[in-house]
Amino acid sequence: MANVVTITGVKKLYKMGSEIVAALNGVDLRIDEGEFVALMGPSGSGKSTLMNILGCLDRPTEGSYKLLGQEVSKLSDDELAAIRNKTIGFVFQNFNLLPKLTSLENVALPAVYAGFKTSTRLEMALDALKKVSLADRAEHLPSELSGGQRQRVAIARAIAMKPSIIMADEPTGNLDTKSTKEIMQIFRDLHAGGSTIILVTHEPDIAQAADRQILVRDGKIEKDIITAHSDEKIDVV
Amino acid sequence: MLFTELLKMAGLSLVANKLRTILTMLGIIIGVSAVIAMVSVGMGVRKNVTDSISRLGSNLLMVMAGSANRGGVRGGAGSIQTLTYDDAKAIKAKIKDVAYVSPTAQTSSQVVYGHENWSTTVTGVIPEYVAIQSLTMQSGIFFSEHDVDVRNRVAVIGTTVATNLFGSVNPVGKKIRIGNAPYTVIGLIASKGQSSVGQDQDDVVLIPLTTAQERLLGITYVRSINVQVADADKMDEVQANIEKLLRQRHRIRADADDDFNVRNLTSLMETMTETTTMITLLLGSIAGISLVVGGIGIMNIMMVSVTERTREIGIRKAIGATYNSIMIQFLIESTMISILGGIVGIFLGIGLAQAISKFGGFTTVISSASIVASFGFSLLVGVFFGMLPARKAARLDPIDALRYE
Repeated sequence: MANVVTITGVKKLYKMGSEIVAALNGVDLRIDEGEFVALMGPSGSGKSTLMNILGCLDRPTEGSYKLLGQEVSKLSDDELAAIRNKTIGFVFQNFNLLPKLTSLENVALPAVYAGFKTSTRLEMALDALKKVSLADRAEHLPSELSGGQRQRVAIARAIAMKPSIIMADEPTGNLDTKSTKEIMQIFRDLHAGGSTIILVTHEPDIAQAADRQILVRDGKIEKDIITAHSDEKIDVV
Repeated sequence: MLFTELLKMAGLSLVANKLRTILTMLGIIIGVSAVIAMVSVGMGVRKNVTDSISRLGSNLLMVMAGSANRGGVRGGAGSIQTLTYDDAKAIKAKIKDVAYVSPTAQTSSQVVYGHENWSTTVTGVIPEYVAIQSLTMQSGIFFSEHDVDVRNRVAVIGTTVATNLFGSVNPVGKKIRIGNAPYTVIGLIASKGQSSVGQDQDDVVLIPLTTAQERLLGITYVRSINVQVADADKMDEVQANIEKLLRQRHRIRADADDDFNVRNLTSLMETMTETTTMITLLLGSIAGISLVVGGIGIMNIMMVSVTERTREIGIRKAIGATYNSIMIQFLIESTMISILGGIVGIFLGIGLAQAISKFGGFTTVISSASIVASFGFSLLVGVFFGMLPARKAARLDPIDALRYE
């Protein structure tokens, strides 16, 4: 199994006035291809900081982060942008769709920044929308969609560029139970299809869907449990 | 590929905020149209001044006979008798860019008709004098080349002379006496009024140059030769050529002084042109200030727009937008505003200039230079004042931007 994420001794320090606060205080973590990982922890535990670093939105103060074997902790902003564009797909709690673009255009947006031509872009976007069963809503604006549908569009955008990792930050936090089930099913399906997924949540039920649960507390990994969970795990192993 | 997309995105966001876009554009529209209209007024003033100077005889070189020097006694200007009608013909024939050449011979004489008499200046000229002095005939005709060739005794008179000799009678066809010889009046010149130095330009009698030289004065030389140059830029060149030609014709040795003077009337013109150019620049730069103010308006709105769209910028960055792509997207927006505003401003400015000349009674001259300059300046303003907001947008930290509510 190929190694996707390897972080060693990662620290993230913030200066609060004269005090230095460690949001992450020496984290080591390895995630392999095809894993479905849930990052858990109470607010202030550092899980969001870890998520930002894993997602290449932020750089660690200390330590090493190897993504697909490439050291990314010292890359420039634009190099990180390219990684976010091609290697990582983001799903946010509040969807973060552009309100003036249709579903299709939203999904095609990462391909715009990758410099693909229009026809390729729309084809990729439509494919991704089909995977979340929203091809019939391609021309709708986000405001014309339900919360669950919006999140499915956001997932389509995250997978449109066929990234190596999908990162989801509380993806069901703003959704009702029914939509939550739909969304989690999509993640399971993606996982079954071989995708590496990192999910941040504070709800134990949601974390149950993953086959590995990592508990972050006070800037450190407190527990790292492989849950003998579902049949998908068998698919992967 | 990416650029066309960024162009489309920028366009979309301008369309999405129509009213705001138009209001922002207004600053540029007013700036550009003000520059064009103001400069057109300035150029109009300049044209008026230039025209009125050229009516006095623009592009005019005056070749005067020099002073004689016999045994240390120097005569006054024109006392040398070497400048001839043939010199004038040679200038006309051999020098490029010469439009008209008008040699003159002049004397003061008494003019008599019946019981009336009048003392005036009698000038011997050739028909080209009409063009050089911009004369128009009130009645009758001017004399022809033929009259000059055969030394006819014909005269063309000004209105002052006509009034004094003939009263209200039409002088054309009447005979007058100049120096005891009869001359037929064949034309009456339309009144030109006073010259700029207060001289009565209607107190003249014009007769053919050869008649004046041989029948009236008994001389072979001319007093002066006026040369009108076709193009104001060629004045110096033509002047130098005339000097060279005349030195040659008069066989003046290299170390000897000229026996003539060439005077240039363009220095007055240059002073006036300089002054009016200053006026134009002044008007243009005052209008240009409004263009800068318009640019600050763009910056202001773009700053607000960046703040409003912080979240959008965060999303774009999270999915892979680089510094440059965000920067360019916002720069395109501000540049589009200034380009569109510039285009509308050009049309409004031209319309304004035409309205000023139609209803304001000013002469306006719309110059392509002012259009190009004001449009170029507005473009520059758009890029310059768009730079700061675009940088602000491109520099946003994606995490902070995503968190922004």
